Amino acid sequence: MGKTLFQKIWDAHVVKQLEDGQALLYIDLHLVHEVTSPQAFAGLRFANRSVRQPTQTYATMDHNVPTVNPSDVRDAIAKKQIETLMENCRDFNVSLADLDSPHQGIVHVIGPELGLTLPGKTIVCGDSHTSTHGAFGALAFGIGTSEVEHVLATQCLWQTHPKTMRVQLNGSLKPGITAKDVILGLIAKYGVNFGTGHVIEYAGTLIPSLSMEQRMTICNMSIEFGARAGLIAPDETTIEYVKGRAHAPQGEAWEAAVAEWKELRSDADAQFDVDIVFDIDDLEPQVTWGTNPGQGGSVNGFVPNPADAKSDVERRAIAQALEYMGLEPGTRISDIPIQHVFIGSCTNARIEDLRLAAAVVKGRKVADGVHAMVVPGSKQVKQQAEAEGLDKIFKEAGFEWREPGCSMCLGMNPDIIPAGERSASTSNRNFEGRQGRGARTHLVSPAMAAAAAIAGHFVDVRTFEVEGVTA
Amino acid sequence: MEPLVKHEGKVVCMNRVNVDTDQIIPKQFLKRIERDGFGEFLFYDWRYEPNGNPRPSFELNTERAQGASILLADANFGCGSSREHAVWALQDYGFRVVIAPSIADIFFNNCFKNGVLPIVIDQQVRNELAQSHERGEWERMTVNLADQVLETDHGQRIAFDVDSHKKYMLMNGLDDIGLTLQYQAEIEAYEAKRKAYQFVY
Repeated sequence: MGKTLFQKIWDAHVVKQLEDGQALLYIDLHLVHEVTSPQAFAGLRFANRSVRQPTQTYATMDHNVPTVNPSDVRDAIAKKQIETLMENCRDFNVSLADLDSPHQGIVHVIGPELGLTLPGKTIVCGDSHTSTHGAFGALAFGIGTSEVEHVLATQCLWQTHPKTMRVQLNGSLKPGITAKDVILGLIAKYGVNFGTGHVIEYAGTLIPSLSMEQRMTICNMSIEFGARAGLIAPDETTIEYVKGRAHAPQGEAWEAAVAEWKELRSDADAQFDVDIVFDIDDLEPQVTWGTNPGQGGSVNGFVPNPADAKSDVERRAIAQALEYMGLEPGTRISDIPIQHVFIGSCTNARIEDLRLAAAVVKGRKVADGVHAMVVPGSKQVKQQAEAEGLDKIFKEAGFEWREPGCSMCLGMNPDIIPAGERSASTSNRNFEGRQGRGARTHLVSPAMAAAAAIAGHFVDVRTFEVEGVTA
Repeated sequence: MEPLVKHEGKVVCMNRVNVDTDQIIPKQFLKRIERDGFGEFLFYDWRYEPNGNPRPSFELNTERAQGASILLADANFGCGSSREHAVWALQDYGFRVVIAPSIADIFFNNCFKNGVLPIVIDQQVRNELAQSHERGEWERMTVNLADQVLETDHGQRIAFDVDSHKKYMLMNGLDDIGLTLQYQAEIEAYEAKRKAYQFVY
């Protein structure tokens, strides 16, 4: 029987297999940020241990960073956390893209940008959205702080073999439909814990047509599907993206790597524990109405009625969500007014996302009473966007143009939404309190967020005329 | 890490699905660089009114729940963010065991690193336990990790599965790093034969 892509990467990284099923897995790249690392470094200090491979470890600060003036961290506890990362990186010789670095940004945006993220690697970070890097055909997953400490000390991690799932995405992206709609639609159909215990491989006829950034958006939200990781086999698009990036191999090492990467695909007769097909040809722009990423559907749909739920558990979950969200059953999604628009996060703050949103807002104005902001994923994304004049388009429309960071995706910095107010957000989680206590989050694509900013409520972006760009 | 072989304690039920780690420990408490003291912030936004007063209806605030050390939760508990702070908060509050019909992967692993035992049981069995608990038929439970069995104080016994490696580590309170360093030679041998792209910088 053939091997899956996942199995090939796994097998290539087993340092020691124990009889009780545990495998000691070698970790090629460890990404670090300020929130989940301080206790890990403290553990190393306490035990008088060092970082085993500082050059396979790369840190940045993103979660706490203010986006108006990043160096003006007024929250004393946040400031201490940022300074602690600087001190730890200095003491343990770990590379750090700090606030003054041209490479600073959201950890899952800068890894690929710098060529640190490569096919065939094992990649971990103390952050659940590490699944993003799976877009390159890497095995990438989030870990807790104890595991961060373990990887720092040993460059390895104990793992139990996960189950495998193939998700075949069939069809093509119609105008106005984005990778974000694909992953939101998938989660809405199957539920937020469908992937629990599994590593997903996304395959199907859609994949070859997707850019690396679109693939990252899909893999990013694998965790919202419950999965341990999501990955996509590398192809010419992947290799083209990686080529020439700062930390990518060069010369002979590059040629050897490309030859290896071309073998990174599931064999034709490989078996998956679960195999599903998701047809996207009829997919509509997605908007979540509830408090988990699976509680959503088409922008042309309605807020559901708990009474129509299939089970008691689901009925309670919908009722609780609607109470928090302040929504009445039967409300047309496109009738829901919004007060905030956030375009950003590791899901949707790359240059293609910003281009898409800019194309929608160009020559238009943000609706009265709507506060809209764009937070680029990294300094490099920001610079590129400014070179293309996207910042001007956003600012002329009435958006705020901010500095890079995680920002309003989780509101650890000052970017939070007041209680009872509602956002159209390109981020990944609509949990209660995620964007601020009592804040009501609706997850959408960058094109849909931009359209909502202009209209003041949700609107099917396909009804917007967009100059020169199919959204 | 504190070993866990057998634990006897009071049970509190939480009848909510998809409880995410943002609820277990909201983001405003993630800025601290210490590992302890998170218990007072556990389930903060659910546990307290915006003015800081305890919300009487919240599960942990009932008189019956005081002193509970075993949490009987529902499906997909601990989903979302990888924040280990969620487990630190549960443990610091006093929980040693979390029982649910399904538990999110990262949270599940984080539990074992902190001396908290996560147990997955059948959904139907979970529902019946929650119902009989609600009817006041039982209060406490003994969790026997060695024998892999739960027993309520009204005599219901439920066997559970646990990964043998994780069980051994938890029963002995062992640190993973210590174990791993026994394989120093294997790690060095692996590093000697790595492909360039795995570490070229």
